[in-house]
Amino acid sequence: MSAAERLRAPARWRAWEIALWVVIWGAQFGFAGHAALVNEIAILALFALSLDLILGYAGIVSLGHAAYFGTGAYVAALFAKHVMPDPLVGLAVGTLAGALLGLLTSPMIVRGSDLTRLMVTMGVALVLYELANKFDNITGGADGLQGVVMGPLIVPFVGRFDFDLGARTASFYSLGVLFGAFLLLRRIVHSPLGISLQALRDNRLRLAAIGLSVNGRLAAVYTLGAALAGTAGALLAQTTGFASLDVFDFHRSADVMLALVVGGVGWLWGGIIGAIAFKLMHDLLSAFTPQYWTFWIGLFLVALMLLGRERLLRPWTWWRR
Amino acid sequence: MPTLLFDGIAYGMLLFVLSLGLAVTMGLMNFINLAHGAFAMAGGYVLVLLMQRAGWPFLACLPAAFVATALAGALLERTLYRPMYGKPHLDQVLFSIGLTFMSVAAVDFFVGSQQQIVQLPEMFKHRFEFGSGPWMLGMGAYRLFIIALCVVLALSLQALLARTRFGSRLRAAVDDPRVAAGLGIPVDRVFLLTFAFGSGLAGLGGALGADILGLDPSFPLKYMVYFLIVCAVGGTSSITGPLVAALVLGIADVMGKYYVPKLGAFIVYALMIAILLWRPQGLFTREGRR
Repeated sequence: MSAAERLRAPARWRAWEIALWVVIWGAQFGFAGHAALVNEIAILALFALSLDLILGYAGIVSLGHAAYFGTGAYVAALFAKHVMPDPLVGLAVGTLAGALLGLLTSPMIVRGSDLTRLMVTMGVALVLYELANKFDNITGGADGLQGVVMGPLIVPFVGRFDFDLGARTASFYSLGVLFGAFLLLRRIVHSPLGISLQALRDNRLRLAAIGLSVNGRLAAVYTLGAALAGTAGALLAQTTGFASLDVFDFHRSADVMLALVVGGVGWLWGGIIGAIAFKLMHDLLSAFTPQYWTFWIGLFLVALMLLGRERLLRPWTWWRR
Repeated sequence: MPTLLFDGIAYGMLLFVLSLGLAVTMGLMNFINLAHGAFAMAGGYVLVLLMQRAGWPFLACLPAAFVATALAGALLERTLYRPMYGKPHLDQVLFSIGLTFMSVAAVDFFVGSQQQIVQLPEMFKHRFEFGSGPWMLGMGAYRLFIIALCVVLALSLQALLARTRFGSRLRAAVDDPRVAAGLGIPVDRVFLLTFAFGSGLAGLGGALGADILGLDPSFPLKYMVYFLIVCAVGGTSSITGPLVAALVLGIADVMGKYYVPKLGAFIVYALMIAILLWRPQGLFTREGRR
């Protein structure tokens, strides 16, 4: 194997990756009754992917990623309500809103320690929450933004689909966007930008020493992650026809981090696997004990962190010390 | 106006006692502990349960809350926290969020989700008033008690840190744990004691604040941000930093909620971001640590 081939090897599609996507799309066609759940999972997976870009590839610990998710959700909902009900245009607008906010806030995360970054990211989400609460004539405040009616989804050369109560269209829409984002990110993380990000996560000083701009790359990846979080938020607002203060809430930032950690940080499948596992776990636990399911989620987290989170996906290391 | 200032100072003092333990653990072991509020909540519930179910007097419950949470802190430090010290910050954050979730659900299960009401003793219900008009100063006896207690605590802690052997060991361990261990200071034991003491202080603060801050199972999540603000803004290398940060936060919060009720929390968060952008390591730290 030549050097060039070896460098390109991680970027190649593996057989199991293609197989997994076939299974996911197959399941989507097979289990029509669970369309609403599939929709939720796809949105969480996209959200987790966007966090993975920031946390897994660039090493920025963020507890306020819901800021961009919520911005995308509100902008998409307001756009559909006041400007134009077309979902694809609304999705683009929501994404842009997330990206813009990400670009504006990215100078805040380049300085300081992990604690500072944690507080600043959390602070941005809290500030947006308070603003959405304050300007309730625009956002509907605590009651949520109601009366969002989406137009039909018009896919060129395929046809037009109306959003229905069974969430059939919605689930295909979200899954399609997730698939597209996955392809895009797969391209990006194996590009020179993606590789330099991993170098940045491992050793900032050396990256600066070989002449790359650390701050520029951090800003780029943060904007990209924020844009994708905005996409996920827009998807949620469009497919549920609703946006409320809940989209900025702390538990949303915590949940997405949890989902990502369950799936594994630092590889793209982590977000998708984690979202599936987290949603299924959530559904099972809340069916088993509706009021106290957070206890078991907490216990799971504590145990996972004590045993080492990298072991979860590597069963062959479980009995090794 | 002076009344608001007074209330703000009382609130800030309370926040100081609540978050001091967190500041020390962060400075000492570089550990981000989001579960600190759970200890404060535990202290509050010890007070409420002892008063309601066992009929203890209020003043006897305060030391009990301190001792109970300090013991719980020592136990958890030995069993759960210690393996987490060397791990990355992401792991610590998730671990302590997990602990917080568990504590919230556990209290909800055992005690119930309703707001707890504290019956203050008669002597604390008095209110002193001076002057009149907009410059009237009204001081609740309970808030005066809180301020006095917290000032005494802060002074004695400062003396403990600056004058005693334990204090100098602790400061040495904060500055450089490896060199301190090399000099024969039992860093593990220093940290166990400090963690237990910090948890105890949080429990005492939770018990003191049960009347002012309110007490229900969501307490650790509701006040987590405030404790973290105190530590991040004040810095973790001295007592003065968190004290000033807590006072500023308390006064800003009380004033903000009174004058601009809908923007109160917004001002606090925006101020925090601005300060952290200006001084990422906190207001009162020496440059270049860690």
